[in-house]
Amino acid sequence: MNYEKMINPVVRSVPPSGIRRFFDIASTMKDAISLGVGEPDFVTPYHIRDAAVNAIIDGETQYTPNRGLPELRREISWYLEHRFGTPYNPDTEIVVTVGASEAIDITLRALVAPGDEVLIPDPSYVSYSPSVLFAGGVPVPVRTREETGFQMEADAVRAAITSRTKCMILPYPNNPTGGIMDRRGLEALAEIVKEKEIMVISDEIYGELVYGGRQHESFAAVPGMWDYTITLNGFSKAFAMTGWRVGYACGPKEVMDMINKIHQYVIMCAPRMSQKAAIDALRTGREKDYEDIRRMRDSYDRRRRLLVEGFNQMGLHCFEPLGAFYVFPSIRTTGLSSEEFCEKLLQSKHIATVPGNAFGESGEGHIRCSYATGIDQLNQALEGIRAFLDTL
Amino acid sequence: MTKLEMDLLELLQEDCRLPLEKLAVMAGTTMEEAAAAIDSLEKRRVILRYAPTINWDLTDRERVEAMIEVRVTPQRDMGFDAVAKRIYRFEEVRSVFLMSGNYDLLVLVEAPTLKQLALFVSQKLSTLEMVTGTATSFVLKRYKEEGVIFDDGQSDRRLVVSP
Repeated sequence: MNYEKMINPVVRSVPPSGIRRFFDIASTMKDAISLGVGEPDFVTPYHIRDAAVNAIIDGETQYTPNRGLPELRREISWYLEHRFGTPYNPDTEIVVTVGASEAIDITLRALVAPGDEVLIPDPSYVSYSPSVLFAGGVPVPVRTREETGFQMEADAVRAAITSRTKCMILPYPNNPTGGIMDRRGLEALAEIVKEKEIMVISDEIYGELVYGGRQHESFAAVPGMWDYTITLNGFSKAFAMTGWRVGYACGPKEVMDMINKIHQYVIMCAPRMSQKAAIDALRTGREKDYEDIRRMRDSYDRRRRLLVEGFNQMGLHCFEPLGAFYVFPSIRTTGLSSEEFCEKLLQSKHIATVPGNAFGESGEGHIRCSYATGIDQLNQALEGIRAFLDTL
Repeated sequence: MTKLEMDLLELLQEDCRLPLEKLAVMAGTTMEEAAAAIDSLEKRRVILRYAPTINWDLTDRERVEAMIEVRVTPQRDMGFDAVAKRIYRFEEVRSVFLMSGNYDLLVLVEAPTLKQLALFVSQKLSTLEMVTGTATSFVLKRYKEEGVIFDDGQSDRRLVVSP
């Protein structure tokens, strides 16, 4: 059988994730210290796990309404309005998805027609560009720069817009750079969005992880922008619930009806027990004034400072990230490419990091290091990298 | 209590061997300020000592632990404090708490052998004039202490590299 003929050429053309190779090598090392992990090092808080166990014991095992359990949507609505100033009607403007990943996919499929262009900041999370291609669209990378905090810049966006531009993905706080958008930057983008009539997919999965006394700015909260925005979020990062796969998409009813149409045909609903756990996460968060999130954020913040200082001290210039849980130091002074650096570091010191170019061409010359790891391991990793630099 | 002090306390509680330089960086301050804050916490006896949490069950050291519920007669003007003081000065006593409920003081006692522990209760504790009754329960196994689970064996289950 010639499977080559059988496979969709679009799917074939998408290269496998650049992270895969490092995963394969690091997985064989028993003693590897990994700064390559893109998820919290906290286990889901016990009360949330307990709620899910009880849900299973109580027989909560059926499908839920396509858009998600009404109680969960009401909690999400309350949470978004009170945390980020973005109101959504729980009945018509929220769809609960299988992680924010599904939300990215079905939002793009609802908006993008064949040949439509989608602006994506470069570097950013690995799945946007393939998701655009799978939806039949054309990903258009928009280079972001360290000098401007890796923000999506209005001038660059303006230069990238064509008559085919359908929407823009705005993933801030950003993975891998840790960059956040400030209010002025958002307002500059808002002008373009209004003028050119494009939609914005605002992926705010790291919205709770913003440091340095800053507040997360939601794009839909910028005056006039609610109508143009699909806000994506989920429970993975803020509540340490990666494996539960619960996220959500929110936006104007007309678009959400279409997003829900895809969701109901391809997924039906997010797992019921995970939704019950998510209800507990939001309800407890509300009742305890988000104390768990504050503690988690404080803990990340300390480790963030440790890594930024550590890299700068060893001569690898490190931009100060104000969001997510990654640092994105420059390794240009070593003369190595990102991949060479990461591979040599992994082979010689058993320290796993991720090459910046795995997140787009503009990531070349950087490495992504996650600080969602114990302080002890972070210190060991810093020492190891310092020793590695001495061997170059 | 300042934010800096709380940050330092949380860091030290996790690992009190962190060097001052790293503590300062993580708390977002200078070494001088961090040192001054820690000094002040020590002087105010917010930080009492820097000690590891040890699972003695994994060592060769034999020891017996018991929790003793103690009923006492409070003393005029001194309440329970004077009784507590009489009790916590014994070196066998690891902790003493004043409790609400059916008894007054909860006393955690440790001794090398069962005999020594029994002698402590019968000869030292019970004979105090304000002690009116005791109920001793022996510790059979420790599961969790100071927030640390002893027999967890839980490793990092995350994928070693993920996007």
